[in-house]
Amino acid sequence: MLISRPGTYYDVIVVGGGHAGIEASLAAARMGCSTLLISLKANAIGRMSCNPAIGGTAKGHLVREIDALGGEMGKIADATGIQFKMLNTSKGPAVWSPRCQSDREWYSRDAQERVLGQTNLDVLEDSVADVLTEGNMLKGIRTFLGHEIRCRSMVLCAGTFLNGLMHTGEKHRSGGRFGEAPARGVTESLKELGFTSGRLKTGTPPRIDLSTIDLARTERQDSDDPPIPFSFHNERITNRLVPMYLTYTNPATHKILEKGFDRSPMFTGKIKGVGPRYCPSIEDKVFRFAERDRHQIFLEPEGYDTNVVYVNGFSTSLPEEIQYEGIRSIVGLEHAAMIRPGYAVEYDFFPPHQLHHTLETKLISGLFFAGQINGTSGYEEAAGQGLIAGINAALKVQNKKPFIVQRSEGYLGVMVDDLINKSTDEPYRMFTSRAEYRLLLRQDNADRRLMRAGYELGLIAKEMIEQLDEKERKVEETLQYLHSTSIAPAAINPLLEKKNESPIAENDDLARMLRRTNITAEDIATVVTDATIKANLSQRDVREQVEIDAKYAGYIQRQNEQIQRFAKLEEYLIPEHFDYTRITSLSTEGKEKLHRIRPRSIGQASRIAGVTNSDVSVLTIYLKTSGVLKTPDVSR
Amino acid sequence: MHPTHHTRETIAAVATAVGIGGIAVIRISGEHALSAADALFRGTTRAKDAASHTVHYGTVVDPVSRETIDTVLVTVFRDPHSFTGEDVVEISCHGGYFVAQRILVLLYNNGARPAQPGEFTLRAFLNGKLDLAQAEAVADIISSTTEKSHKASVDLLTGKLSSAVRALRQEILDICSLLELELDFSQEGIELADRRSVVTKLNAIQQSITSLSDSYQEGRVIREGIKVALVGRPNAGKSSLLNALLKEERAIVSDIPGTTRDTIEERVVLEGIEFIFHDTAGLRESSDSIEIEGMKRTSKAIAGADVVLFLIDGSAEHSAADHLRYKEIADTYAGSKRPLWVLNKYDIRHGSETFRTMENALWISCKTPHGLAELKQELVRISIPTHDPASSSLTITNIRHKDALERARVSISTAAEAIEGGLGGDFAAVDLRAAMNYLGEIIGLTTPDDILNNIFSNFCIGK
Repeated sequence: MLISRPGTYYDVIVVGGGHAGIEASLAAARMGCSTLLISLKANAIGRMSCNPAIGGTAKGHLVREIDALGGEMGKIADATGIQFKMLNTSKGPAVWSPRCQSDREWYSRDAQERVLGQTNLDVLEDSVADVLTEGNMLKGIRTFLGHEIRCRSMVLCAGTFLNGLMHTGEKHRSGGRFGEAPARGVTESLKELGFTSGRLKTGTPPRIDLSTIDLARTERQDSDDPPIPFSFHNERITNRLVPMYLTYTNPATHKILEKGFDRSPMFTGKIKGVGPRYCPSIEDKVFRFAERDRHQIFLEPEGYDTNVVYVNGFSTSLPEEIQYEGIRSIVGLEHAAMIRPGYAVEYDFFPPHQLHHTLETKLISGLFFAGQINGTSGYEEAAGQGLIAGINAALKVQNKKPFIVQRSEGYLGVMVDDLINKSTDEPYRMFTSRAEYRLLLRQDNADRRLMRAGYELGLIAKEMIEQLDEKERKVEETLQYLHSTSIAPAAINPLLEKKNESPIAENDDLARMLRRTNITAEDIATVVTDATIKANLSQRDVREQVEIDAKYAGYIQRQNEQIQRFAKLEEYLIPEHFDYTRITSLSTEGKEKLHRIRPRSIGQASRIAGVTNSDVSVLTIYLKTSGVLKTPDVSR
Repeated sequence: MHPTHHTRETIAAVATAVGIGGIAVIRISGEHALSAADALFRGTTRAKDAASHTVHYGTVVDPVSRETIDTVLVTVFRDPHSFTGEDVVEISCHGGYFVAQRILVLLYNNGARPAQPGEFTLRAFLNGKLDLAQAEAVADIISSTTEKSHKASVDLLTGKLSSAVRALRQEILDICSLLELELDFSQEGIELADRRSVVTKLNAIQQSITSLSDSYQEGRVIREGIKVALVGRPNAGKSSLLNALLKEERAIVSDIPGTTRDTIEERVVLEGIEFIFHDTAGLRESSDSIEIEGMKRTSKAIAGADVVLFLIDGSAEHSAADHLRYKEIADTYAGSKRPLWVLNKYDIRHGSETFRTMENALWISCKTPHGLAELKQELVRISIPTHDPASSSLTITNIRHKDALERARVSISTAAEAIEGGLGGDFAAVDLRAAMNYLGEIIGLTTPDDILNNIFSNFCIGK
């Protein structure tokens, strides 16, 4: 509910209405906490600052996990998506990733409806002027409009707004997003409390007018049809689907862009923040990869009722006239009208080693950080952190055990653990290669991995869990049947031959047949005689799990063994204020890193760069010697 | 990922001091200790059926070649009543260092892995088998032993092994990056990796690892024995020395005439190591004129030897010039090989002080048999390989390195199979990462961010 006069106390205050803020505020409110969301403008809630797309490789995994835990992003994307694609389907199941293109305005409107319609959740148009503390305890905030509001927990997700500075060519002005003012004072207020801050940059491409594009000269890219929804709550997508268009830069484009290098804030040194290597500006690509004579450009319509097209692949902060000339040198864009130039934005962030795995800050009890403030990039990364922070902010209010996703349980766990243990000096983006248990952390089984946790937190409805139990039962039943049922050569050889697989001479079990490269669960269904199993296999989600579990059983088992091997180490907990300087046998670097990051467990300590094997052994022994370490049963 | 705390894994190592001794004890600890022992042990009782704290007599047999390695005693300690608190098997074998090493290699092929420094003690500690004071000591032992091995690895960094392993790891890293690029950045308009060229590259890497792993020096010593060039005048007592050694050991294997009439090859097994003595003819001539042809033969024999033994008649008079000449021969031909100076005929010694006071010279008598035991010890001691970064050929001397190479090779082979079998890069990546970690253990490098960093520095990535 939008309010103009806030109460004097809330259990949880969430600052910022971006993708992190939406998840944080909804989760806290749904878990029963009185929650206040503060945003400069209510109609800016859920705004997509950059690409109007959700998901993509590894990011699609995050969205599915958020959904399994009862978050909102997948549902909003499904409701407002206008083009859907499952990426990487020619590759292994671990890297299949859903992605969708949403209608930008609709997405934001839909998100606002969800937030404003949520019980327990007030929305205030204001900003934070000061963070109020007593000792290392959060007390509340003072807002720009002068309200003093007390709270137990606060989630700060200010995105790129902290001292935001936008650059286009030699021009720069303050702001967190096109047409929106930056947030000042928060960084300074936090620094006074002892936080360390840094500076990062990101960028966005120009927008052009759809009606001025010569679409016939571009390659049309259609949506998957029927699309697969993000959310486990949705059976199907019924939105009208629209195409995207692919074109390329050329040597002439690159020549034009080079003319502007001497005025680019990146090259002149005006931008101090570090940008991401994986999402470079077009000038960066032209400069660094001079041998390539073209770069791909996706033209992505931003919605049904708009002419605005997002020029994906052309992120730039070059002077406006250079951008314009460059755009017009691209095939299909010869007559393009530029609606808005691209720009780079610099902003403050707080290096995330200052956080616990709950995303609560180590310095101030009750204060949580989520999203770009932690040095990440991307809507999905932000939403995932918002959800984790919101849940833990609520659990803190309720004096309940914190909620932490393990690296072996989800990309959410990998992300938070990476943020804390690895000092990144560029914006952090999720990649599938960051997950060491990638074969287990698939987008298709996010429900099997996390939905029960979501249910226990009160964020997933009982019907969903009953459905999940039923699915699990069917998967198990089908797998058992396939393993225990043998088939005669006469019954399966016609199928094998049709699929270019060598025929069998003796009876063999169906699970082994399914393990053949060219044989799918759908194929197996055609030779199964049992009616129940046939019915199970006709259900898409059951069939999918059966196929993956059967086909890749060996790899799945090996990854499970790896998890087991390291799991014990996570159970050795290190006291929060342990004094590492007491241990003389630790290496100097190890001591310094352990002191800075303050790992939660021996397992975490072993993942910190600079902490050696022997440091881990020595630490374990000292902790146990001083009687503070609870040792799990190691021998079994 | 750190390898230390695979607490459920089975580890094995020689528990007795490295060097010479009548008996060596190999300790195996962990979940599969009993089955690993049973894979090699042939006795009336199997370790898995044995009660705790019982000793069993039998033989260790190579399960592949079926060759009998040694007669042993096997002691079984069951979880939790053992030193480490896990299932423990101790194998007591004869023949000192090399027999023990050979049994270890067999164990590593049958479910155990090499123990890290201090790992048995660490497990004992973690399982509550040591008191607090002992625990304090364990921490210091671990940090000091790893410091030592760290120093060794720093020395290795300048060596060829390190750069060879580093190069191999980089090749795997490049392939991994190529696969990951395809997985994480498929939307970036990047050409896909060609399956066949990836498999070809993986096979080539496998080859390189195999040849590196095959250079394992202890392995070569076990297979081929230690070549000893026996240099001395005819009357120095070379035959009596050989006979004395043979008589002592009663272990003559063969008596093969050498390739020339002037070289005789005799095989003697000492402390489990086979020594092949080449009796050279080079110093047959009178001391004042050494014949060129004779020198040629001698130099050839010395060049092919691992150890050069100079045998000198301790009962004869020697001039300072003789001394110098011997020294000169040693310096010219022995090179980096360790010359061993032996003065024979201690029972009737006289002659100049020149050789008697020579540093490191051993006095022996083939008759009494004064000094023979010391000579044997010395031969075995200098034959235990140590890593020599200056040596011209690349050899592996550390069994852990050998083991890491072997594991890396298997992982690469599995990855290549996955790719050939049409599985996605996400499957091959599991094993390639494992291979990189194994190689990383040798040079002390394992950072998971390597792959992404490599991708960013080598490929054009843009959203």
